[in-house]
Amino acid sequence: MSNMQATTESVQKDNAGAALKRRFDGAQQKLLAFASLIVLVLVFTFASPNFMQTSNVLAILQATSVNGILAVAATLVIITGGIDLSVGTLMTFTAITAGVFLTYWGLPLPIGILAAIGAGVLCGLISGTIISKMKVPPFIATLGMMLILKGLSLVISGTKPIYFNSTPSFPVISTGSIIGDIIPSVPVPNGVLVLFAVAALASYILGRTVLGRYCFALGSNEEAARLSGVNVDAWKISIYALSGGICGIAGLVIASRLNSAQPALGQGYELDAIAAVVIGGTSLSGGRGTILGTVIGALIMSVLLNGLRILSMPQEWQTVVTGSIIIAAVYADMIRKKKA
Amino acid sequence: MFTRRTFLGAVSATAVVAATGVARAADKLYIPLISKGFQHQFWQAVKAGADKAAKEFGVDVTFEGPDTEAQVDKQIDMLSAALAKHPAAIGFAALDSQAAIPLLKKAQEVKIPVIAFDSGVDSDIPVATCSTDNVAAAALAADKMAELIGGEGKIALVVHDQTSRTGIDRRDGFVNQVKAKYPKIQIVDIQYGAGDQLQSTEIAKSIITANPDIKGFFGANEGSAIGVINGVKESGKSGIVIIGYDSGKVQKQAITDGVMAGAITQNPVGIGYETVKAAIAAIKGEAVTKHIDTGFYWYDKTNITDPKIAAVLYD
Repeated sequence: MSNMQATTESVQKDNAGAALKRRFDGAQQKLLAFASLIVLVLVFTFASPNFMQTSNVLAILQATSVNGILAVAATLVIITGGIDLSVGTLMTFTAITAGVFLTYWGLPLPIGILAAIGAGVLCGLISGTIISKMKVPPFIATLGMMLILKGLSLVISGTKPIYFNSTPSFPVISTGSIIGDIIPSVPVPNGVLVLFAVAALASYILGRTVLGRYCFALGSNEEAARLSGVNVDAWKISIYALSGGICGIAGLVIASRLNSAQPALGQGYELDAIAAVVIGGTSLSGGRGTILGTVIGALIMSVLLNGLRILSMPQEWQTVVTGSIIIAAVYADMIRKKKA
Repeated sequence: MFTRRTFLGAVSATAVVAATGVARAADKLYIPLISKGFQHQFWQAVKAGADKAAKEFGVDVTFEGPDTEAQVDKQIDMLSAALAKHPAAIGFAALDSQAAIPLLKKAQEVKIPVIAFDSGVDSDIPVATCSTDNVAAAALAADKMAELIGGEGKIALVVHDQTSRTGIDRRDGFVNQVKAKYPKIQIVDIQYGAGDQLQSTEIAKSIITANPDIKGFFGANEGSAIGVINGVKESGKSGIVIIGYDSGKVQKQAITDGVMAGAITQNPVGIGYETVKAAIAAIKGEAVTKHIDTGFYWYDKTNITDPKIAAVLYD
């Protein structure tokens, strides 16, 4: 009897230990990514006086906003053990949707914003349903979705960019600056605030809600979740819908930045987003990942690109260096996991 | 943990050592060129022209452009990084004029002269524009087409896109010339293949299938023209007159072999060269011509080896 009790206690202790270790792992990974970001920033600051100027730092943040938001969307899906290749063209599709509502139909701005996010949620619902109900693997389902949305964006826009000149307040979403209105010396573009808001929201959902808990459960062991009575399909569809909605926000931010919805843009952006996710320490096999890590990952990518440009490194070499850093970052993460 | 951190640090340090190795000397004038593309041979030829001018006038030039001509936002990021380097002037080939205006205004505020190249910017900020007169060049292609097919019959166009300035100008320049001067020539189809060789091949083949009596094709850029060459070859038809645009190994070979009748070449090397030259003049406060026509030429089997032509063709 006492023996059994001891065993139970030790199992409990083990569980607590494992949980603690998981938490420590996450913290360590964020630390690693954060340390690399700091190293990069220091190195570039040292190498060029043009790097650490307010205007350049703001430009880096501005350049991170869209990829960062897409990467947050991709993180949610990747934690479930899935993948979403359609985030880039879904972004474009929602931007075009905003263009149709605001420019073609002349509706007020809030309706255009809701339409873009709604279109994103709807597409996410469709992807999620194809994946969970029709059992099409996520890679294939979202690859198909990527092409469908790319095509639809071209069809709806008549292959021409849709400009938002009739909605003069539209560029404010991304290029305006609420902070700059208060502190004129640091005009952080609103698009950056949108990224932070989206990241905070996603982080809250992952850490504090049932949806977040099931997100990790699906990624760790979907079968176990199903056997313990979790409505796996419904939760999975919800996550794809949430991710789609976030892509809708990215669509608004990029369209606002360019003051136009560019129908041919978007393909290839999913790979930048996925790169940011893995640099941030989220596992492509699911069950593990953080939003903070992803945001740091996205920052690493844009700091790197901007810094190399500031140093006037030839473009062909910029690409080589970026690729090497992605591999190095993920390799460092692998070593850490093996040792842990 | 420590070793891993040092490992990442080492990687970044290596990157920077590599970068500083090529970093520019601080005392020369610095002129970045932000292009529409980078890896296509055409843009590499523009870069070669810019490098030539840089050497000749003793200035520093860098050349960058996004992977595809759709990536408007990435081009804007490149432009803002270039501005952060406090350049003496900027060369810019806009993918979307409107999107770039806020940054160009910023350049204007800090008195950095902007030279537009390849295609114009819909704004009065650029002090000069160095480009090909695409309308006139395509009209010349139409004249050559008419001459080669005997002034009558069916022809078709394969164009790269219907949104870019060059796509619109070349299409309209060709079509309007045919309409105005050659009433017996019928344009049966105008299709867009994104400048993609494979897509353009399929387009050309389907046009031939639909119009077996077609006499000629105009491919409005390098990729479209190569697509037409492939499409005609694959369909097994002979005697179709193909007129292309720009150069590149495949087109040059096709012209030498007689598969392609001839093509219009711009002067990409001249575009790069004139952009840098105009930038230097603007920095010095000299008068700069608002529109610098960098010229175009018709080339075919007879003059492809002519030194004047060969100098502007690229592989």
